Amino acid sequence: MSSAIQIPAQSAALQDYFSFFGLPRKLNIDVAGLDKDFYAMSRKLHPDLYANASRQEQVWSLEQSSRLNDAYRTLKDPVKRTQYLLQLEGVELEEQSKAATEQARSSGQVKKQIVPPDLLEEVFELNMQLEELRGLKKMGEDDPALIEEIGRQKLELEEKHDVLLDELRTCWKSWDTLIEREQSGEVISQDSDQRASMRGKMIDVLNRRNYIRNLVRDVNEVLES
Amino acid sequence: MAGDRIVGIDLGTTNSLIAFMQGETPIVIPGEDGSNLVPSVAALDRENQPVIGNAARKTLISTPGRAVYSVKRLMGRGVEDIQEELSLFPFRLAEDIQPGEVLRIKLGDQTFTPPEISALILRQLKRNAERYFGSPVTKAVITVPAYFNDAQRQATKDAGRIAGLEVLRLVNEPTAASLAYGLDKKQNGIVAVYDFGGGTFDISILKLHDGIFEVVATNGDTHLGGDDIDNLLISIALTDIEGDLGLDLHRKAEVVQAIRKAVIEAKIALSSQPSAKLDIELPSDRRYLREITREQFEQLIQPIIDRTVGPCRQALKDAGLKPEQINEVVLVGGSTRIPKVRALVKELFQREPHIDLNPDEVVALGAAVQANILGGGSEATENMLLLDVTPLSLGIEVAGGVTDKIILRNSTIPASATQHYTTQVDGQANVAIHVLQGERELAKDCRSLARFDLKGIPPMAAGMARIEVKFLIDANGILSVSAREQRSNKEAEIQVQPSYGLTDEQVEGMILDSFDSAEEDFRQRQVIEARNEAGTILTALERGKKNPVWSHLTTQEKKNISKLEKVLNSVKSEDDYQAIRKAIDALNQGTMRLAELMMDSAVSTALKGKNMDEADMGEGPSAPHPVAKAEFE
Repeated sequence: MSSAIQIPAQSAALQDYFSFFGLPRKLNIDVAGLDKDFYAMSRKLHPDLYANASRQEQVWSLEQSSRLNDAYRTLKDPVKRTQYLLQLEGVELEEQSKAATEQARSSGQVKKQIVPPDLLEEVFELNMQLEELRGLKKMGEDDPALIEEIGRQKLELEEKHDVLLDELRTCWKSWDTLIEREQSGEVISQDSDQRASMRGKMIDVLNRRNYIRNLVRDVNEVLES
Repeated sequence: MAGDRIVGIDLGTTNSLIAFMQGETPIVIPGEDGSNLVPSVAALDRENQPVIGNAARKTLISTPGRAVYSVKRLMGRGVEDIQEELSLFPFRLAEDIQPGEVLRIKLGDQTFTPPEISALILRQLKRNAERYFGSPVTKAVITVPAYFNDAQRQATKDAGRIAGLEVLRLVNEPTAASLAYGLDKKQNGIVAVYDFGGGTFDISILKLHDGIFEVVATNGDTHLGGDDIDNLLISIALTDIEGDLGLDLHRKAEVVQAIRKAVIEAKIALSSQPSAKLDIELPSDRRYLREITREQFEQLIQPIIDRTVGPCRQALKDAGLKPEQINEVVLVGGSTRIPKVRALVKELFQREPHIDLNPDEVVALGAAVQANILGGGSEATENMLLLDVTPLSLGIEVAGGVTDKIILRNSTIPASATQHYTTQVDGQANVAIHVLQGERELAKDCRSLARFDLKGIPPMAAGMARIEVKFLIDANGILSVSAREQRSNKEAEIQVQPSYGLTDEQVEGMILDSFDSAEEDFRQRQVIEARNEAGTILTALERGKKNPVWSHLTTQEKKNISKLEKVLNSVKSEDDYQAIRKAIDALNQGTMRLAELMMDSAVSTALKGKNMDEADMGEGPSAPHPVAKAEFE
């Protein structure tokens, strides 16, 4: 245990999560294989294995194992994985949302999320009903029919959420094909355009999915209150 | 090798234990009184010397102002968040504590911080182990409730340092329990650990596969336990007494402690009997008599035990599991002895919970297992690895007093997050960061962990600086922060103001105090033990000289023995225990043949019906068996 550890020349912070696991930047990944690699690497990097090692090795183990855990947490989740890849591609999802938050705050308004157009009517209706139920609950009253109606819409939203995840998976396939072509060296001139449009598609799907997820969360909050 | 021995400690609200791995089995080390449990009670005796455990419990009844219990409830907390505790527990605080400052508790006319009181308990445990091993103990694994926040964990680690222990790891109590259970089972599956102790409640859900103990979700309440049941029963008794006898005893600390003792006994009895009697002596020859049935008891405690349901549901939800997907449920903590609690767990998880291991000891045993793993492992712990999670989300305060979560709860630890900051005005040299822990939306509703001041940012136009701040939660669940200004690649200086915590300097000062006296204590004990042993061997030698076999020794042998005897007699009165030990060993060697002769003759006389004890000299001078030693006094 006390034998010296070669600290990789490339610092862990510079390595992206995909290459940490030795994976190409593809979105369809073998999750069972990822699990297996995660446990195998945990058995090599976890701080418990360096309790009696030198201070330097302990610092190294702490850095490496936190990196391992962060990478695994990000890659095993389909949404987080896609967001992370887009971030590597230079899309600043977080910054976008943060900027919107900041703007909303400085203007003193509630942050407005862009409602996907096809949901506009439905969401308007649902928000009205939620408002009504909130009011009733505050008065200590109840409306079983309203609750049932909201519950039905929640189920629909959850279905839409699943459909969006399927759409996301379809995007993955196209994306991965582009990456494979790039790896084999047979890049076609339209590829960079395709890449850009695929990025745009994924951003759109993710935004819609986040919107629906937040809406479901709001519904749950009101129903459970 | 002995110096590297790592012990496992369960620093509990009500009781504390110390354990270690003996070969392939974890065992609890008993205290001087032979008991495995050391009550987590600290008191000062008449000479202002600290007394711990059962002895301190007596002080609690006779002079409550000189004793304190359940101090774990105060670890890592501030005066403004313990108002409820103050109304229920007889904690006496120093008067001049400011909000945000570490608490100080009065014991007699002295004051102690919660980590210092915990350190007194830890030092007692350390002593028990040193007595048992006959050598110093310096390294430990200490358990904490899984739901403990950063400040509570840091306070526990500080307590270890103050007690002269290097805390190699803080392990979550339910996780430790699963290690103790997993040791002989070694099977794969999903396990829920329901840990309901004296002052805290935890629920942890783990995935066990091929020796990896992976926590998938944890939840709990660090202020919910058997203590709450006791307090409820005490307040009912006090109200009763006031109504029936017209005596207001709320401020009579001695009587309240007597009532507390009685209700705890009744509570314990009700786990195995249909009813229990309270019979308490009151001032001016009055008496409080009352019978309480199990049914009444269960009705009274229902609201308290119901508070464990919410965390269990949340943990299941976070783990993405349904109750029927749990393969096993393990019960930990003394409060799980209550039949009603067991019934509730059975209903929640739809299966019969496990109670194979003593719920009071299983956490300490698990801590010993983890200590063994950290020490390099053994056959029993081969391939065992613990992957734990952080119980609470870590966030930072952003504009508008909102919490921006950067590490979510139930993330496997170690875990990290990187944030980028910039300056808002030209030439700004400092940036303040407020770190929070909790699940709530607004910063004011979360737990303030610390305020960091990034200092020494090189002068730049507003918005030009790019400061990268790295937040890292280590395997103990404790946060550290580092920062770097990326344009100048300058490490930014970070000033930490821990909320409700001790600064490094404060801990350092406390260590010196107790470490010195601990070393001194240890040396003195060694001298006393060595002297006792010297006495034993010299007495045995006197007996040997009177034995007929003495005449079988050569003149040279007899001369040598009397020389060694003289040496031992002269060093025995000095304070150098190593010299005494050396002289004992030498005399032991010199009398080897005498001992053999005595044994032989004893065997032959034994055949004639005589007792062998008298001839038992070869064994006498060597170190007594540790277990026998622990049962002295």
